[in-house]
Amino acid sequence: MLAQLGDDAKLLAGGQSLIPLMKLRFANPTHLVDLNFIFGASYIKEDKDAFRFGAITRHAEIESSAAIGKIPILHDCAAGIADVQVRNRGTIGGSLAEADPSGDWATVLFTLSAEVRCLGTSGERTVSVSDFIKDAYTTVLANDELVSEVAVKIPPKGSGGAYLAFKRSAPVYPTASAAVQLRMEGDICQDAAIALGCVGLTPIRARDAEAAVRGQALTEKTMARAIEAVRAAADPQSDMRGSANYKRVVVGALVKRATEIAVRRARGERVEVGHVYA
Amino acid sequence: MPDRIENISVQLKVNGKSYSRTLEPRKLLVEFLREDLDLTGTHVGCDTTYCGACTVLLNGAAVKSCTMFAVQADGAEILTVEGLEKNGELHPIQKAFGDCYGLQCGYCTPGLMLSTVQLLSQNQQPSEKEMRKAIAGNTCRCTGYQNILKAIQAAAQNMKGA
Repeated sequence: MLAQLGDDAKLLAGGQSLIPLMKLRFANPTHLVDLNFIFGASYIKEDKDAFRFGAITRHAEIESSAAIGKIPILHDCAAGIADVQVRNRGTIGGSLAEADPSGDWATVLFTLSAEVRCLGTSGERTVSVSDFIKDAYTTVLANDELVSEVAVKIPPKGSGGAYLAFKRSAPVYPTASAAVQLRMEGDICQDAAIALGCVGLTPIRARDAEAAVRGQALTEKTMARAIEAVRAAADPQSDMRGSANYKRVVVGALVKRATEIAVRRARGERVEVGHVYA
Repeated sequence: MPDRIENISVQLKVNGKSYSRTLEPRKLLVEFLREDLDLTGTHVGCDTTYCGACTVLLNGAAVKSCTMFAVQADGAEILTVEGLEKNGELHPIQKAFGDCYGLQCGYCTPGLMLSTVQLLSQNQQPSEKEMRKAIAGNTCRCTGYQNILKAIQAAAQNMKGA
Protein backbone atom coordinates (compact mmCIF):
# COMPACT_ATOMS: atom_id res chain seq x y z
CA MET A 1 0.00 0.00 0.00
CA LEU A 2 2.85 2.38 0.87
CA ALA A 3 4.52 1.50 -2.43
CA GLN A 4 1.30 2.46 -4.24
CA LEU A 5 0.75 5.73 -2.41
CA GLY A 6 4.27 7.01 -2.92
CA ASP A 7 6.48 9.38 -0.98
CA ASP A 8 3.77 11.55 0.56
CA ALA A 9 2.15 8.78 2.53
CA LYS A 10 2.75 8.47 6.24
CA LEU A 11 2.04 5.69 8.67
CA LEU A 12 -0.07 6.52 11.69
CA ALA A 13 0.76 4.49 14.79
CA GLY A 14 -0.22 5.96 18.17
CA GLY A 15 -0.34 9.44 16.67
CA GLN A 16 0.88 11.15 19.82
CA SER A 17 3.64 12.92 17.88
CA LEU A 18 2.41 12.78 14.31
CA ILE A 19 -1.00 14.35 14.96
CA PRO A 20 0.46 17.35 16.86
CA LEU A 21 3.04 17.74 14.07
CA MET A 22 0.27 17.74 11.47
CA LYS A 23 -1.64 20.41 13.41
CA LEU A 24 1.48 22.58 13.26
CA ARG A 25 1.81 21.76 9.53
CA PHE A 26 5.31 20.43 10.21
CA ALA A 27 4.00 17.20 8.75
CA ASN A 28 1.68 17.42 5.77
CA PRO A 29 1.14 13.92 4.42
CA THR A 30 -1.16 13.42 1.44
CA HIS A 31 -2.17 10.00 2.71
CA LEU A 32 -2.28 8.59 6.21
CA VAL A 33 -2.28 4.85 6.65
CA ASP A 34 -3.66 3.93 10.06
CA LEU A 35 -1.89 0.89 11.51
CA ASN A 36 -4.14 0.68 14.55
CA PHE A 37 -6.63 -1.63 12.90
CA ILE A 38 -4.05 -4.29 11.99
CA PHE A 39 -4.99 -7.32 14.01
CA GLY A 40 -2.11 -8.89 15.90
CA ALA A 41 0.40 -6.02 15.62
CA SER A 42 0.32 -5.45 19.38
CA TYR A 43 1.87 -8.14 21.55
CA ILE A 44 4.56 -8.90 24.10
CA LYS A 45 6.12 -12.34 23.71
CA GLU A 46 8.82 -13.89 25.83
CA ASP A 47 11.24 -16.22 24.09
CA LYS A 48 14.01 -18.17 25.76
CA ASP A 49 16.43 -15.25 25.74
CA ALA A 50 14.48 -12.24 24.45
CA PHE A 51 11.28 -10.21 24.60
CA ARG A 52 9.53 -9.37 21.37
CA PHE A 53 7.23 -6.38 21.15
CA GLY A 54 4.78 -5.88 18.28
CA ALA A 55 5.22 -2.46 16.70
CA ILE A 56 1.81 -1.21 17.85
CA THR A 57 2.30 -2.27 21.47
CA ARG A 58 1.36 0.75 23.60
CA HIS A 59 3.70 2.14 26.24
CA ALA A 60 0.98 1.43 28.83
CA GLU A 61 0.86 -2.24 27.87
CA ILE A 62 4.61 -2.52 28.30
CA GLU A 63 4.45 -0.57 31.59
CA SER A 64 1.93 -3.00 33.09
CA SER A 65 3.35 -6.25 31.70
CA ALA A 66 4.76 -8.45 34.42
CA ALA A 67 7.16 -9.92 31.90
CA ILE A 68 9.47 -6.92 31.77
CA GLY A 69 10.34 -7.35 35.43
CA LYS A 70 13.38 -9.09 33.97
CA ILE A 71 14.54 -5.87 32.30
CA PRO A 72 13.68 -3.05 34.74
CA ILE A 73 15.10 -0.34 32.50
CA LEU A 74 12.26 -1.03 30.04
CA HIS A 75 9.78 -0.31 32.80
CA ASP A 76 11.54 2.97 33.67
CA CYS A 77 11.07 4.00 30.07
CA ALA A 78 7.51 2.79 29.45
CA ALA A 79 6.18 4.15 32.75
CA GLY A 80 7.89 7.51 32.36
CA ILE A 81 6.89 8.56 28.85
CA ALA A 82 4.69 11.66 29.02
CA ASP A 83 1.42 10.91 30.87
CA VAL A 84 -1.24 8.21 31.19
CA GLN A 85 -3.20 9.40 28.17
CA VAL A 86 -0.18 9.46 25.86
CA ARG A 87 1.03 6.08 27.15
CA ASN A 88 -2.41 4.61 26.39
CA ARG A 89 -1.99 5.53 22.70
CA GLY A 90 1.72 5.87 21.93
CA THR A 91 3.58 2.83 20.60
CA ILE A 92 7.13 1.49 20.81
CA GLY A 93 7.34 1.06 17.03
CA GLY A 94 6.06 4.57 16.39
CA SER A 95 8.52 6.08 18.84
CA LEU A 96 11.46 4.40 17.10
CA ALA A 97 10.26 5.14 13.58
CA GLU A 98 9.80 8.81 14.42
CA ALA A 99 13.38 9.01 15.73
CA ASP A 100 12.77 12.21 17.64
CA PRO A 101 16.07 13.19 19.30
CA SER A 102 14.08 13.69 22.52
CA GLY A 103 12.25 10.36 22.32
CA ASP A 104 12.71 7.89 25.16
CA TRP A 105 12.73 4.40 23.63
CA ALA A 106 15.75 4.74 21.34
CA THR A 107 17.97 6.01 24.16
CA VAL A 108 17.05 3.07 26.38
CA LEU A 109 17.35 0.47 23.64
CA PHE A 110 20.82 1.76 22.70
CA THR A 111 22.06 0.23 25.98
CA LEU A 112 20.53 -3.19 25.31
CA SER A 113 20.95 -5.78 22.64
CA ALA A 114 17.89 -4.70 20.66
CA GLU A 115 16.83 -5.25 17.09
CA VAL A 116 14.17 -3.69 14.91
CA ARG A 117 12.40 -5.88 12.40
CA CYS A 118 11.56 -3.96 9.23
CA LEU A 119 8.96 -5.29 6.84
CA GLY A 120 8.66 -4.08 3.24
CA THR A 121 7.42 -5.08 -0.19
CA SER A 122 10.76 -6.72 -0.94
CA GLY A 123 10.87 -8.74 2.26
CA GLU A 124 12.01 -8.51 5.82
CA ARG A 125 15.26 -7.42 7.46
CA THR A 126 16.50 -7.01 10.99
CA VAL A 127 18.55 -4.00 12.03
CA SER A 128 20.15 -3.21 15.38
CA VAL A 129 18.56 -0.17 17.05
CA SER A 130 21.79 1.83 16.78
CA ASP A 131 21.91 1.21 13.02
CA PHE A 132 18.18 1.82 12.67
CA ILE A 133 18.40 5.46 13.85
CA LYS A 134 20.42 7.41 11.29
CA ASP A 135 19.87 11.01 12.26
CA ALA A 136 17.28 13.29 13.82
CA TYR A 137 13.86 12.15 12.55
CA THR A 138 15.62 9.81 10.11
CA THR A 139 15.78 6.02 10.13
CA VAL A 140 16.92 3.37 7.68
CA LEU A 141 13.29 2.64 6.77
CA ALA A 142 12.61 2.83 3.04
CA ASN A 143 9.37 4.41 1.82
CA ASP A 144 7.72 1.04 1.46
CA GLU A 145 8.91 -0.33 4.80
CA LEU A 146 7.52 -0.32 8.29
CA VAL A 147 8.58 -1.51 11.73
CA SER A 148 6.90 -4.81 12.54
CA GLU A 149 8.62 -5.80 15.78
CA VAL A 150 11.22 -4.81 18.33
CA ALA A 151 13.21 -7.63 19.96
CA VAL A 152 15.20 -7.09 23.16
CA LYS A 153 17.63 -9.70 24.51
CA ILE A 154 17.38 -10.44 28.21
CA PRO A 155 20.69 -9.21 29.71
CA PRO A 156 23.02 -11.79 31.30
CA LYS A 157 23.04 -12.61 35.02
CA GLY A 158 24.43 -9.90 37.26
CA SER A 159 23.04 -7.14 35.03
CA GLY A 160 21.12 -4.07 36.11
CA GLY A 161 19.99 -0.95 34.36
CA ALA A 162 18.14 2.29 34.91
CA TYR A 163 16.72 5.11 32.81
CA LEU A 164 16.18 8.62 34.13
CA ALA A 165 14.81 11.69 32.43
CA PHE A 166 14.80 15.25 33.69
CA LYS A 167 11.60 17.04 32.75
CA ARG A 168 9.77 20.28 33.50
CA SER A 169 6.50 18.38 33.75
CA ALA A 170 5.12 15.00 32.74
CA PRO A 171 3.72 15.75 29.26
CA VAL A 172 6.80 17.53 27.88
CA TYR A 173 9.92 16.08 26.33
CA PRO A 174 12.85 15.74 28.74
CA THR A 175 15.61 18.34 29.02
CA ALA A 176 18.06 15.45 29.10
CA SER A 177 17.89 11.72 29.76
CA ALA A 178 20.32 8.91 30.53
CA ALA A 179 20.18 5.14 30.23
CA VAL A 180 22.75 2.98 32.01
CA GLN A 181 23.00 -0.80 31.73
CA LEU A 182 25.74 -2.59 33.73
CA ARG A 183 26.96 -6.11 34.40
CA MET A 184 28.53 -6.43 37.83
CA GLU A 185 30.64 -9.12 39.45
CA GLY A 186 30.92 -8.25 43.10
CA ASP A 187 32.03 -4.64 43.22
CA ILE A 188 33.60 -4.72 39.80
CA CYS A 189 31.75 -3.45 36.75
CA GLN A 190 32.38 -6.05 34.05
CA ASP A 191 30.48 -4.35 31.28
CA ALA A 192 28.68 -1.06 30.77
CA ALA A 193 26.51 0.63 28.19
CA ILE A 194 25.66 4.31 28.69
CA ALA A 195 23.36 6.22 26.33
CA LEU A 196 22.46 9.90 26.50
CA GLY A 197 19.16 11.29 25.21
CA CYS A 198 18.03 14.79 24.15
CA VAL A 199 21.63 16.00 23.99
CA GLY A 200 22.37 15.33 20.31
CA LEU A 201 20.66 14.58 17.00
CA THR A 202 20.42 10.92 17.97
CA PRO A 203 20.94 9.09 21.26
CA ILE A 204 24.67 9.13 22.02
CA ARG A 205 26.65 6.18 23.37
CA ALA A 206 29.18 7.59 25.85
CA ARG A 207 31.94 5.16 24.85
CA ASP A 208 34.73 6.87 26.82
CA ALA A 209 32.62 6.84 29.95
CA GLU A 210 31.89 3.14 29.43
CA ALA A 211 35.61 2.48 29.07
CA ALA A 212 36.26 4.44 32.26
CA VAL A 213 34.03 2.16 34.35
CA ARG A 214 34.64 -1.18 32.63
CA GLY A 215 36.76 -3.50 34.80
CA GLN A 216 36.68 -1.02 37.68
CA ALA A 217 35.15 -0.72 41.10
CA LEU A 218 32.71 2.18 40.86
CA THR A 219 34.46 4.42 43.35
CA GLU A 220 33.92 8.14 43.56
CA LYS A 221 37.08 8.72 41.61
CA THR A 222 36.10 6.33 38.80
CA MET A 223 32.64 7.85 38.59
CA ALA A 224 34.07 11.37 38.44
CA ARG A 225 36.17 10.34 35.44
CA ALA A 226 33.18 8.69 33.80
CA ILE A 227 30.93 11.72 34.33
CA GLU A 228 33.61 13.96 32.86
CA ALA A 229 33.56 11.72 29.78
CA VAL A 230 29.75 11.83 29.68
CA ARG A 231 29.79 15.63 29.58
CA ALA A 232 32.35 15.57 26.80
CA ALA A 233 30.32 13.06 24.78
CA ALA A 234 27.11 15.10 24.99
CA ASP A 235 26.47 17.42 22.08
CA PRO A 236 23.45 19.47 23.19
CA GLN A 237 21.92 22.58 21.69
CA SER A 238 20.78 25.58 23.71
CA ASP A 239 17.02 26.00 23.53
CA MET A 240 13.99 26.77 25.71
CA ARG A 241 14.78 23.72 27.85
CA GLY A 242 18.17 25.10 28.85
CA SER A 243 21.59 26.12 27.64
CA ALA A 244 24.00 23.58 26.18
CA ASN A 245 26.20 23.80 29.26
CA TYR A 246 23.29 23.31 31.61
CA LYS A 247 22.21 20.18 29.72
CA ARG A 248 25.77 18.80 29.91
CA VAL A 249 25.67 19.16 33.69
CA VAL A 250 22.19 17.66 33.93
CA VAL A 251 23.02 14.63 31.78
CA GLY A 252 26.16 13.98 33.85
CA ALA A 253 24.12 14.01 37.06
CA LEU A 254 21.51 11.70 35.51
CA VAL A 255 24.17 9.16 34.52
CA LYS A 256 25.53 9.22 38.07
CA ARG A 257 22.12 8.59 39.61
CA ALA A 258 21.16 5.98 37.01
CA THR A 259 24.44 4.15 37.65
CA GLU A 260 23.74 3.98 41.37
CA ILE A 261 20.32 2.48 40.71
CA ALA A 262 21.71 0.10 38.07
CA VAL A 263 24.28 -1.23 40.58
CA ARG A 264 21.59 -1.86 43.19
CA ARG A 265 19.42 -3.63 40.63
CA ALA A 266 22.37 -5.74 39.48
CA ARG A 267 22.55 -6.98 43.09
CA GLY A 268 18.92 -8.04 42.82
CA GLU A 269 17.40 -5.12 44.71
CA ARG A 270 14.03 -3.86 43.55
CA VAL A 271 14.32 -0.13 43.03
CA GLU A 272 11.43 1.95 41.80
CA VAL A 273 12.40 4.83 39.59
CA GLY A 274 10.56 8.05 39.00
CA HIS A 275 11.73 10.66 36.56
CA VAL A 276 13.07 13.89 37.96
CA TYR A 277 10.91 16.96 37.63
CA ALA A 278 12.25 20.48 37.69
CA MET B 1 -3.37 17.17 -1.73
CA PRO B 2 -5.41 14.42 -3.33
CA ASP B 3 -8.21 15.70 -5.62
CA ARG B 4 -10.93 14.35 -3.46
CA ILE B 5 -11.05 13.24 0.14
CA GLU B 6 -13.41 10.41 0.72
CA ASN B 7 -15.51 10.43 3.82
CA ILE B 8 -15.42 7.36 5.99
CA SER B 9 -18.33 5.57 7.67
CA VAL B 10 -17.94 4.84 11.33
CA GLN B 11 -20.03 3.22 14.02
CA LEU B 12 -19.27 3.88 17.62
CA LYS B 13 -20.85 4.11 21.03
CA VAL B 14 -20.70 7.30 23.04
CA ASN B 15 -21.96 7.19 26.61
CA GLY B 16 -23.81 3.96 25.84
CA LYS B 17 -25.60 5.32 22.77
CA SER B 18 -24.78 3.99 19.28
CA TYR B 19 -24.02 6.36 16.43
CA SER B 20 -23.41 5.72 12.72
CA ARG B 21 -21.86 8.65 10.92
CA THR B 22 -19.94 9.43 7.76
CA LEU B 23 -17.00 11.62 8.66
CA GLU B 24 -14.18 13.53 7.09
CA PRO B 25 -11.09 11.50 7.99
CA ARG B 26 -9.26 14.57 9.28
CA LYS B 27 -11.89 15.36 11.91
CA LEU B 28 -10.50 15.00 15.42
CA LEU B 29 -12.39 12.96 17.98
CA VAL B 30 -12.90 16.02 20.18
CA GLU B 31 -14.37 17.97 17.24
CA PHE B 32 -16.73 15.11 16.51
CA LEU B 33 -17.88 14.96 20.13
CA ARG B 34 -18.34 18.70 20.49
CA GLU B 35 -19.58 19.74 17.07
CA ASP B 36 -21.42 16.70 15.72
CA LEU B 37 -22.83 15.29 18.95
CA ASP B 38 -23.08 18.58 20.90
CA LEU B 39 -21.25 16.97 23.82
CA THR B 40 -19.47 20.18 24.76
CA GLY B 41 -18.40 18.97 28.20
CA THR B 42 -15.19 17.70 26.63
CA HIS B 43 -13.00 20.79 26.35
CA VAL B 44 -10.18 21.88 24.10
CA GLY B 45 -7.47 23.53 26.16
CA CYS B 46 -4.12 23.55 24.44
CA ASP B 47 -4.79 21.49 21.31
CA THR B 48 -1.16 20.34 21.52
CA THR B 49 -1.44 17.07 23.51
CA TYR B 50 -0.34 18.78 26.71
CA CYS B 51 -3.19 19.86 28.96
CA GLY B 52 -5.61 16.92 29.06
CA ALA B 53 -8.80 19.04 29.10
CA CYS B 54 -10.02 16.88 26.20
CA THR B 55 -9.50 13.58 28.04
CA VAL B 56 -12.16 10.94 27.35
CA LEU B 57 -12.19 7.19 27.86
CA LEU B 58 -11.67 5.04 24.76
CA ASN B 59 -12.67 1.47 25.63
CA GLY B 60 -11.92 2.30 29.26
CA ALA B 61 -8.52 3.94 28.67
CA ALA B 62 -7.97 7.69 29.13
CA VAL B 63 -6.92 9.36 25.88
CA LYS B 64 -6.55 12.93 24.67
CA SER B 65 -9.39 13.30 22.18
CA CYS B 66 -7.59 16.17 20.45
CA THR B 67 -4.83 13.73 19.48
CA MET B 68 -6.89 11.14 17.71
CA PHE B 69 -9.02 11.19 14.58
CA ALA B 70 -12.70 10.46 15.05
CA VAL B 71 -12.57 7.71 12.41
CA GLN B 72 -10.02 5.90 14.58
CA ALA B 73 -12.76 5.38 17.15
CA ASP B 74 -14.69 3.17 14.72
CA GLY B 75 -16.11 0.27 16.72
CA ALA B 76 -15.05 1.79 20.03
CA GLU B 77 -16.90 2.81 23.16
CA ILE B 78 -16.32 6.37 24.30
CA LEU B 79 -17.16 7.79 27.70
CA THR B 80 -17.34 11.55 28.15
CA VAL B 81 -18.21 13.62 31.21
CA GLU B 82 -21.86 13.66 30.08
CA GLY B 83 -21.94 9.88 30.55
CA LEU B 84 -20.90 9.95 34.21
CA GLU B 85 -24.27 10.97 35.63
CA LYS B 86 -26.79 8.13 35.95
CA ASN B 87 -30.56 8.73 36.25
CA GLY B 88 -30.08 12.27 37.47
CA GLU B 89 -27.60 11.15 40.13
CA LEU B 90 -24.09 12.53 39.99
CA HIS B 91 -21.30 9.97 39.71
CA PRO B 92 -19.39 9.58 43.01
CA ILE B 93 -16.36 11.18 41.33
CA GLN B 94 -18.42 14.22 40.29
CA LYS B 95 -19.85 14.47 43.77
CA ALA B 96 -16.41 14.26 45.37
CA PHE B 97 -14.99 16.99 43.15
CA GLY B 98 -17.84 19.25 44.28
CA ASP B 99 -17.69 18.32 47.94
CA CYS B 100 -13.90 18.75 48.18
CA TYR B 101 -13.77 21.95 46.09
CA GLY B 102 -11.66 20.04 43.58
CA LEU B 103 -12.40 22.68 40.97
CA GLN B 104 -12.45 26.42 40.57
CA CYS B 105 -13.06 27.58 37.00
CA GLY B 106 -13.97 24.03 36.00
CA TYR B 107 -12.35 24.01 32.58
CA CYS B 108 -9.99 21.09 33.30
CA THR B 109 -12.50 19.23 35.48
CA PRO B 110 -14.14 16.92 32.92
CA GLY B 111 -10.71 15.68 31.84
CA LEU B 112 -9.55 15.23 35.42
CA MET B 113 -12.67 13.28 36.32
CA LEU B 114 -12.20 10.91 33.39
CA SER B 115 -8.56 10.33 34.30
CA THR B 116 -9.87 9.55 37.78
CA VAL B 117 -12.35 7.04 36.34
CA GLN B 118 -9.50 5.14 34.69
CA LEU B 119 -7.38 5.27 37.86
CA LEU B 120 -10.11 4.00 40.16
CA SER B 121 -11.15 1.29 37.71
CA GLN B 122 -7.64 -0.18 38.00
CA ASN B 123 -6.74 0.75 41.55
CA GLN B 124 -9.40 1.18 44.20
CA GLN B 125 -7.03 2.46 46.87
CA PRO B 126 -4.44 4.62 45.14
CA SER B 127 -1.56 6.10 47.13
CA GLU B 128 -0.85 9.81 46.80
CA LYS B 129 2.01 8.99 44.42
CA GLU B 130 -0.28 6.89 42.27
CA MET B 131 -2.89 9.64 42.22
CA ARG B 132 -0.31 12.21 41.17
CA LYS B 133 0.95 9.93 38.42
CA ALA B 134 -2.59 9.32 37.18
CA ILE B 135 -3.36 13.02 36.75
CA ALA B 136 0.09 14.11 35.53
CA GLY B 137 -1.43 14.56 32.08
CA ASN B 138 -4.13 16.95 33.29
CA THR B 139 -3.19 20.57 33.79
CA CYS B 140 -5.14 22.71 36.27
CA ARG B 141 -4.16 26.36 36.56
CA CYS B 142 -6.54 27.26 39.43
CA THR B 143 -6.50 24.80 42.28
CA GLY B 144 -2.88 23.88 42.89
CA TYR B 145 -4.09 20.25 42.78
CA GLN B 146 -4.39 19.74 46.56
CA ASN B 147 -8.18 19.67 46.56
CA ILE B 148 -8.20 17.56 43.42
CA LEU B 149 -6.14 14.92 45.26
CA LYS B 150 -8.57 15.14 48.19
CA ALA B 151 -11.47 14.68 45.77
CA ILE B 152 -9.91 11.59 44.20
CA GLN B 153 -9.32 10.14 47.63
CA ALA B 154 -12.88 10.88 48.71
CA ALA B 155 -14.24 9.35 45.51
CA ALA B 156 -12.16 6.21 46.11
CA GLN B 157 -13.62 5.98 49.63
CA ASN B 158 -17.19 6.47 48.43
CA MET B 159 -16.85 3.97 45.62
CA LYS B 160 -15.50 1.20 47.82
CA GLY B 161 -17.73 -1.81 47.59
CA ALA B 162 -19.77 -0.16 44.85
